[in-house]
Amino acid sequence: MVEKINLTCLGCPMGCPLQLSIVDGEIREVTGYECKRGEAYAKQEYTDPRRMVSTTVSCPTGLWPRLPVKTVDPVPKDRVPAVVQTLHTLEVKAPIRMGQIILENVAGTGVTVIATRSLPEMPEAD
Amino acid sequence: MKSPLQKTYDVVVVGGGPAGLAAALGAGEAGAEDILIVDRETEAGGILNQCIHSGFGLHHFKEELTGPEYAERFIQSVLSRQVTILTDSYVMNIAPDLHIEVISGDYGHLEVQAKSVVLAMGCRERTRGAIRTPGFRPAGVMTAGLAQKMVNMKGLLPGRRIAILGSGDIGLIMARRLMLEGCEVVGVYELMPFSNGLTRNLVQCLDDFAIPLRLSTTVAFIHGRDRVQRLTMAPVDDQLMPILNQSWQVACDTLLLSIGLIPENELSTRLRLKMDPATGGPQVTSTLETSLPGVFACGNVLHVHDLVDFVTEEALRAGRFAAEVAQGRRRPGDNISLQTGENIASCVPHSLSPDREQVVYLRVKRPLKDCVLTIGDRYEKVFRMLIPSEMIRLTLGPEILDRYFGEHLKIEVHPGEVA
Repeated sequence: MVEKINLTCLGCPMGCPLQLSIVDGEIREVTGYECKRGEAYAKQEYTDPRRMVSTTVSCPTGLWPRLPVKTVDPVPKDRVPAVVQTLHTLEVKAPIRMGQIILENVAGTGVTVIATRSLPEMPEAD
Repeated sequence: MKSPLQKTYDVVVVGGGPAGLAAALGAGEAGAEDILIVDRETEAGGILNQCIHSGFGLHHFKEELTGPEYAERFIQSVLSRQVTILTDSYVMNIAPDLHIEVISGDYGHLEVQAKSVVLAMGCRERTRGAIRTPGFRPAGVMTAGLAQKMVNMKGLLPGRRIAILGSGDIGLIMARRLMLEGCEVVGVYELMPFSNGLTRNLVQCLDDFAIPLRLSTTVAFIHGRDRVQRLTMAPVDDQLMPILNQSWQVACDTLLLSIGLIPENELSTRLRLKMDPATGGPQVTSTLETSLPGVFACGNVLHVHDLVDFVTEEALRAGRFAAEVAQGRRRPGDNISLQTGENIASCVPHSLSPDREQVVYLRVKRPLKDCVLTIGDRYEKVFRMLIPSEMIRLTLGPEILDRYFGEHLKIEVHPGEVA
């Protein structure tokens, strides 16, 4: 029995419509992708769905009070809420530079979280 | 404070978002020496600074970046080229001789003379007034982009129980963002029978969080005197009018609007540039020059893009051509004019020249399957699927364009067999 599963590739904004043929829980064939990311995405999404997480952490001394951050690798989809909750409890101090490590092994996922912008200190009022 | 500005610049760029930054870079690469960017915000980067999700840069950088990362890479390159970025400053007027008046937060009233100008003012969001939603005028009705700035930069939540009208990408991204921030998103509602967002955003922003999307639906009434309390939702008929006897109530405290973007062309209209009603932006030649020689336009002020990478590509070119004009170099004029035909909503640029490879951006009027795009009678390309929210990008080489010397070309899309 061949089971067909339709997915939308999240690999890039193209959003290729993917069709997976599954036999006995194993992927037999993937069609519909325009680049190799699509095939890799289909396999990942079927066996272990993951998502990149971007959110913000508190930075009370910064030019803006929130610092945008992201996971450097995707985390398991069902761990996304835990990742976000952990980051919400965090507070960092300006100045921050882009790419700076904000937290390692976020919520036990083994994934590192980095700053996605440089954030100078809020200038003193005149 | 003493002004840091010179009296004259080769190229003055209005707006320091992705288009303005790339235009300045392009101008620098083409040999312009004195380049000024004027931006009204406190820092350059434009809307990218609040777009903290990833999805930017796959074309330009060959990797997926968040908005702030994309912006910062450009700001660093621009600053390394000794471009002056004047922030907290607003271009009040551009005279036809390219004399520019600026109001600056730090320096007051300033005047500069440009040899060429790049318009890169971007676009703004349509508001409730644009769609005349009936009801009270309580707090809690705002555009999705404003909510995005509140949440991602200022750390403020717009509300707790959110309804979103419009399924454009900003609305979809904000649905996910607010769920992650602990809000409840009761639904995304779309007037049209199809979504205007990228398919992947429907999946990763709505499906992942079990947020319902209701097509052919609109807000018929906003209730609540001080704060939004509930909405009357209604399906719409073929004429997009609400069918009130099938309406229902949705309890929420916030209504976000993601109902389209308008190129911000006050300076362009004051300059009496020839405009294209289909894009809401100026008409431009293949060098992205407007109807006023020396004034160029790129990015969302020219036509609303869906990918910042294409804004960058377009703006790099606009900057290069602006630098050429500033240095007194002129290319021969275009000799092919483009016209939108069947199923084509808009087309940029509006004319072409066969002397080099050309990039043409198009949008279709409605979703089409298995169709053939034709330009005049000597070019055709087959597409599996075209939708209005995904811009078509064509590159046309001289070998194609040479066939069309001095012609008016109609661009059309003909659907094939209906799937």
